[in-house]
Amino acid sequence: MNDHASVIRFADLAQTFGRDDGTAVTALEGVTFDIGRNEFLAVLGPSGCGKSTLLRLIAGLIKPSRGVVSIYDMPVTEPRDEIGIVFQRPTLLPWFDVLGNVTFPLRHKYGRVTADDKTRARDLLALVGLADFAAKRIDELSGGMQQRVAIARALLLDPDILLMDEPFSALDALTRDEMSLELLRIWSERPKTVLFITHSIPEAVLLADRIIVMTSRPGRVREIIDVDLPRPRSIATLSEPKFHALANHIRGELFSRAVA
Amino acid sequence: MRLPTTSAASSSAAPLPDRKARAAAVASLRLWADRLAPAGAFIVLIVVWEGACRAFHIPSFLLPSPSAIVIAGLDVTAAQWLSNISATLRVAVMGYILAIVVSIPLAVALVNSRFLSRTLYPIIVIVQSTPIVAVAPIIVVTLGASDLPRVVITFLITFFPIVVSTVTGLMATPEELIELSRSLRAGRAREMLHIRLPFAVPYIFSALKISTTLAVIGAVIAEFVAAEHGLGFFIMFSTSFFKIPQAFAGLVVLVAISLGFFRLCTLAQRWLVPWSLPKSQR
Repeated sequence: MNDHASVIRFADLAQTFGRDDGTAVTALEGVTFDIGRNEFLAVLGPSGCGKSTLLRLIAGLIKPSRGVVSIYDMPVTEPRDEIGIVFQRPTLLPWFDVLGNVTFPLRHKYGRVTADDKTRARDLLALVGLADFAAKRIDELSGGMQQRVAIARALLLDPDILLMDEPFSALDALTRDEMSLELLRIWSERPKTVLFITHSIPEAVLLADRIIVMTSRPGRVREIIDVDLPRPRSIATLSEPKFHALANHIRGELFSRAVA
Repeated sequence: MRLPTTSAASSSAAPLPDRKARAAAVASLRLWADRLAPAGAFIVLIVVWEGACRAFHIPSFLLPSPSAIVIAGLDVTAAQWLSNISATLRVAVMGYILAIVVSIPLAVALVNSRFLSRTLYPIIVIVQSTPIVAVAPIIVVTLGASDLPRVVITFLITFFPIVVSTVTGLMATPEELIELSRSLRAGRAREMLHIRLPFAVPYIFSALKISTTLAVIGAVIAEFVAAEHGLGFFIMFSTSFFKIPQAFAGLVVLVAISLGFFRLCTLAQRWLVPWSLPKSQR
């Protein structure tokens, strides 16, 4: 699935953060890779490998210390409209109902929500499987449902790029598998370029076209793995020999240094 | 408050439906006992107090009995009560509102500007650390004889918890939502209005509840220092004539005002921002 022009490009990217005590921490070092149009790319690595930094660089929330992040060959200098973000926690607003949360980006950006916007938000709720939940309060929803609302919220401005920062890591294992498959369904209905950050190997293999395996401190690209499992993928994919072979390979990659 | 258990013991061999009905009756009795417990405890306290005053012949200038307090309270005319209560309420409410109007924008400014928080915050802490009771006479001399010094004293004693809580609430907003706001380029003003301030609402309301009692305290302190009416003045006046039961009656009214004020604040939160309360309290 890498036949297309790149949408996001990292060129020799490095990110250093100054700490309060004057020392500097290198979060990312010499990161170079491309993400193609409508590609589902997973970034996999241990904690502290700068995965989230990568996401914030694309979102334009922070500036790289060195190197360039570009979207459609334009260097990212500030946040842009074609990006939707889903965070680890749903971080919904308890004072709005479900619909109000989905339309929040428009209310927040332009100060108003039209009837058209609400219709679009309802369509998105149907897409994420919450058609009948528009008027529910946030605390009436389970964790998985809240994360579905967060996905609908991220899709509201119809972004080309969807950034997901360990979106399912706070969910229980069963809900997590269910949400992964749901995400694949949503992605097939609304193709987007997805950057999916995770520290779960099976999740990365199940979801992604390609997996970037990162090393930690400083975060570097250790290996880029093509996941040539056929689509559409389902719960059956989890038991395919190729799935296990890939997962084992990645496990070996991640642990070889630590064990040796 | 245990019920006689002899009948329960003898019925242990009774048929099952009867035991079930009995268990239900016991459960509903427990529920009522739980509901009535606060009022019951209060009544017991009053009865013990009254009994102790009578049994030990405690002189009323040391500790008046509840009945003496009620009689003393009824001796004061309704017009007198009304004028004193309204004077204290006016000062407390005005000081309280002034504290809200100043504190919340001040907290927003402190959160938004490092310069302001570095310069103003220490001053606010110094003001807070000054014993207001000691400053009150000075303020009265400076601001003259009107409601103004009393309102200022009430404000000074009330505003600090609101500032501190609001700042805490504004800073407690999840980082992701701030990033969401930045990624939408919504601007600082909308970030504050749409995200930070609503998130601070539960914190603001806890402070507002604490401040209700502080506002009444502030008004009374101000009236102790200089006033011609008000419940603080009424208590001072009563004690200076050794009318201790009457002073206690004033105290009871003050407690009632504090409780009512607090209750009003809780109700306002339930009406205006029910989402900010835990589910069980909505």
